[in-house]
Amino acid sequence: MMIKSHNFYFKKILFLKKFNKKLFKKIGEKMLLTKEEQEMLKGKYGNAVKKSMEILVALGEIYGAEKLIRVSSVQVAGVSYDNLGESGLEYLSNLSKDGRVKVLTTLNPAGMDLENYEALGISEDFAIKQKMVIDSFAKMGVITTCTCTPYLIGNTPNFNQHIAWSESSAVAYANSVLGARTNREGGPSALASALTGRTPLYGLHLDENRIAKIKIIVKTQIKGTQNFGALGKVIGEKIKSTPCYIIGINEASMEELKSFSASIATYGGAGIFHMENITPNKTVIPLEELIVTKKEIEKALNEMNMGDCEVDFVSVGCPHASIAEIAKLADLLNGKKVKKEFWITTARPTKKIADMSGYSKIIETAGAKFASDTCCVVAPIKGRFKCLATDSAKGCYYAYSKNQSKIKIMSVENLVKEACKEPSVVK
Amino acid sequence: MAKLIGRKIFGGIAMGEALVTKQGISFFGGIDPSTGVVTESGHELEGKSISGKILVFPQGKGSTVGSYALYRMKKEGTAPIALVNKECETIVAVGAIISEIPCVDKIDILQIKNGQKIKVDGEKGIVIFD
Repeated sequence: MMIKSHNFYFKKILFLKKFNKKLFKKIGEKMLLTKEEQEMLKGKYGNAVKKSMEILVALGEIYGAEKLIRVSSVQVAGVSYDNLGESGLEYLSNLSKDGRVKVLTTLNPAGMDLENYEALGISEDFAIKQKMVIDSFAKMGVITTCTCTPYLIGNTPNFNQHIAWSESSAVAYANSVLGARTNREGGPSALASALTGRTPLYGLHLDENRIAKIKIIVKTQIKGTQNFGALGKVIGEKIKSTPCYIIGINEASMEELKSFSASIATYGGAGIFHMENITPNKTVIPLEELIVTKKEIEKALNEMNMGDCEVDFVSVGCPHASIAEIAKLADLLNGKKVKKEFWITTARPTKKIADMSGYSKIIETAGAKFASDTCCVVAPIKGRFKCLATDSAKGCYYAYSKNQSKIKIMSVENLVKEACKEPSVVK
Repeated sequence: MAKLIGRKIFGGIAMGEALVTKQGISFFGGIDPSTGVVTESGHELEGKSISGKILVFPQGKGSTVGSYALYRMKKEGTAPIALVNKECETIVAVGAIISEIPCVDKIDILQIKNGQKIKVDGEKGIVIFD
């Protein structure tokens, strides 16, 4: 009898073990990989591909992807040496030993203008490390245009194309305005997609996750990049990352949508939004609704307007300035002299167009500076300035949280006026 | 002997002391990478070092640069020896893979006590303790 029950107990354990193993196996082998993908994972195509596959398969299993899909474009964040540090550089340098990108891949802003860094006050030590980061990416075949607006310089996906982008503002813009499909990737996962040409099929690649869940009724006229940024802050803080359907916006320029995308992604974490008569994606129109009033927009602007500071740094180009924004600045700055540090951050190809068009000369004659390849979020400028004025709500968030600078948000016209004011305290 | 069955994120075996929190962890900005001490203001683990411990927490949060921060800690010798999550997300998963730190998730972390000696088997996706 004793032996019998003991046996029974033993059998039960065996059964449980088998069951658990089966359960575990089921979880571990949920994704369907092609023969080539399995070989990539086993290391047949080198270490960089193996590491990349490990990342993608783990992410796919975490988020319940049934398989990997091919991507046609990648945008990689995690480029500034200020954020990467020595070990980030080491990781990239290791990957570059045998890793080569399979699809068009561009970079996010670096920690400095790669050519004109001395004039912008960046140290030689930092510059050397930053260049090593860029060299590792270049070795892997990445196009080293360092910009948060890849869609303005030739990395421009079509409607419904699957891509793997990091850089939250560009993700929101690509999904919402262009109608391409990407999750909010991190730097290493986007790079893994570049080196394999794959991404796991989940999240914003699937129709069901792109549909609006809430309707936002905007009850006031929104105009100008600073006000579209404020709208993004109000909506983002209200609904976090929930996909929304926005009505009440009559028209929006590319620059205004760029500002709005950056802001809604920064303050809420959204990867996609819909705007009636403006964005192209299909969605059901949700019944649940929320109203955004003029008062709320004013409150958001007030929060980004700290009274007790004198502006010592003016910045335009978060996300990176378009050629139209640069043309407008040239018009506003023509014949004037700025009295404060004034940075226009933009993509190098956009800067080249500005050079060809004569805008750069007008702007630089007025004393403003171009900072290509970089931006005020990722450059090592903490402590250099006390009060930043910008038209970007995203710029305000990072100036305050990362660089502990005070902030003022205003229109581009007012930024130019502010920059030309004589500082009251001589430093 | 108790055995919690979860899911493999990254393989490898580690035995050590559990450092348990009910709050999310931000590896970029929330921890000093040169010491492994949690610096996030108001965090349950503020002032405590995660270095050499088996860090048990619900999930990662914050910037995706956190994956590189974990890698930096591994290189500097300040990283945890294993990671145990309730629900692993991108930052921690990628961080564990590139840093080669054993990591499992889908674990009922409330069953693990702070300071308890535990064993993590990343390959099998399990946590074992007395």
